[in-house]
Amino acid sequence: MTAVTTPPKKQAQRGRPGQSSPKLAYLPILFLAFAIGIPLVIIVIYSFLEKPSQGTGVKWVFTLENYKALFIQEKLDGTTAIDTRYIKVLWASFYYSVITTVVTLALSIPTAMWIATRDARKRNLLVALVTLPFWISILIRTYGMRQIIADEGPIGKFLAIFDVSFSILYTPTATILGLIYVFLPFMILPIYASAERFDFRLAEAAYDLGAKRMTVVRRVILPSIRPGIISGIALVFIPALGSFLQSDMLGGGKTNMVANVIANNFGQARNWPFGSALAVLLIVLTLLFVLIMQGVAQRRGDKVELV
Amino acid sequence: MASNKRRRASYVAALAAASALLLSACGGETTADSGAGEATAAAGEFPTTGSGVVNVYNWTDYIDPEELKRFTAETGIEVILDTYDSNETLLAKLQSGATGYDVIVPSDYMVQQMIELDLLQNIGVSSFPNGGNIKDNLVDVYWDAGRNYTAPWNYGTTGIACNFAAEPGCANIKSWKDYFTAGLPKMDSLKDQVEVVSAALRATGVGPDDLCTTDKAKYVAAEELLAGFKPAVIESDGGIERVVAGTSNVRHAWNGSTHRMTVENPDVQFIYPSEGINLWADNLAVPVGAPNLDNAKIFINWMMDPKAAGAQSNFSGYDNGIKGSDAFMDEALKTDPAVVVPADKQALISPLPNCGEEARELYTQVFTTWTTSQ
Repeated sequence: MTAVTTPPKKQAQRGRPGQSSPKLAYLPILFLAFAIGIPLVIIVIYSFLEKPSQGTGVKWVFTLENYKALFIQEKLDGTTAIDTRYIKVLWASFYYSVITTVVTLALSIPTAMWIATRDARKRNLLVALVTLPFWISILIRTYGMRQIIADEGPIGKFLAIFDVSFSILYTPTATILGLIYVFLPFMILPIYASAERFDFRLAEAAYDLGAKRMTVVRRVILPSIRPGIISGIALVFIPALGSFLQSDMLGGGKTNMVANVIANNFGQARNWPFGSALAVLLIVLTLLFVLIMQGVAQRRGDKVELV
Repeated sequence: MASNKRRRASYVAALAAASALLLSACGGETTADSGAGEATAAAGEFPTTGSGVVNVYNWTDYIDPEELKRFTAETGIEVILDTYDSNETLLAKLQSGATGYDVIVPSDYMVQQMIELDLLQNIGVSSFPNGGNIKDNLVDVYWDAGRNYTAPWNYGTTGIACNFAAEPGCANIKSWKDYFTAGLPKMDSLKDQVEVVSAALRATGVGPDDLCTTDKAKYVAAEELLAGFKPAVIESDGGIERVVAGTSNVRHAWNGSTHRMTVENPDVQFIYPSEGINLWADNLAVPVGAPNLDNAKIFINWMMDPKAAGAQSNFSGYDNGIKGSDAFMDEALKTDPAVVVPADKQALISPLPNCGEEARELYTQVFTTWTTSQ
């Protein structure tokens, strides 16, 4: 959380770029405090309260039941047992997010490197193309995806010519495909930003000095774009963990991710406190992940700060 | 819980026209022009025109814009429409202290709850000029006996849509039990915990008056039945498209949705399971703190006119609670046994239960176990 602190000489403060008054930052900080901080505090408070017997919201009575209910289930036959349902859902979310991150990473590194090695005019065009999906609502894009991978969609029809049956819509595969599709630009862009700054003459030099192709990639290129990779992983993995649109629309409602369960608790189940507890658990796990990422980055000596 | 999914009915009117020839048996004893036109008969000081606005908060895509224009033309009151997607959204909004809405459209169980929470105004609907137009069986409803707080809006049922041509097994589905144990390919479920769990309870022998039971043994049986039920899709959205495209052949569905499927493919028919099915009914009501109370009353009274109610049904694809409105309903709509419940099926229909806290938790329990074990 270290801000950029350049101990300035007093007289040099005025008029220099990047050194204007910190007061300008107050407004956005205030906005973030309101838009993120307060809802977060509310969620944490709610997670320790009981639910009212009627309606939505909370009853102002302290309880730890919501957290207990995450792991221990009072079964219908009266016995209590370890509740694996939410752990399973969390595991599924984690698993889908890891696959999404790995696949987008594997696709993004070559793509970003390729874009970075084009000439300036082409580069701008290609970056614009990568951001093109943002012009369309994510909901519509996911609907589009659904049409394309439907059993009777273009892929299915094409494969039917060769008598190959195609049925992936409403399976976990479809959910993961949807996640990969949506998050790919978030991986390409930061990696590209790092790659663009990379001096490719260094790679040439390494090659000239006798390094093998893979050695150049491993020892010269990858370390240079590592900050971009780490940002990309954070930008993909964390939001993927909290996704629910893809599992809802492409997974056929069967491949529940944790956000689907949270949504149901704030909706039909009308159990805001439990939904809050689940949300807090997700936040804690996400934070844990970020801290680990940061630890890895710091050990490597990269200047990447995620928290 | 009735979600927004069943409300998508914007193009139903166009389809209904095309389907007229598909539906032969023209039944429906139309009560002719019983209360046609502007039934502003009685009522001493009840105003029929006004000025200013009425703020209507309704389900998405659930009100005919043409009718709203007609309303403004006849009464001089402008309608400002805002929409929501579930009863819970509506409740949360009102509970958070939102004011500014004059007319809202909660479903049955939600009306009961809102009255208990003092969120609705007693406006004496039955004494409105059009108060006598309410269908007899919708006057003494459990959520508002005698109709003081609410006027009936659209209502419907939840059964099974089956493509009898594509899936011969449809002929063997006579009950919820058949549906849950059929094990056919291309089966769909709604993603709606009240509908799914109540159907499973019915299938395991729980009577319609006992659907809010807190006897856990009954939920164990329902849970066991559901454990063997693995539909291809659990989703409330997009069901019409899937059944029409042939992606799904058997589906837990709202009757209005099924009507639209039948319009596009007459092989799709609505099944009334023998254990009985849920009736849901939406209502017009005025929340406490409504800024334009008189306009709200004028609006509700206007909507209880048979012509307005009939036009509304043509738009939404669901039957309504106003006597004489069938005279204004499209032929295809009022002759579809999915929409207008046939006489021999009337006994199967019972209102969607509004269960207490304990039962609702059991519903959530069963539904969560089922959806997380797919």
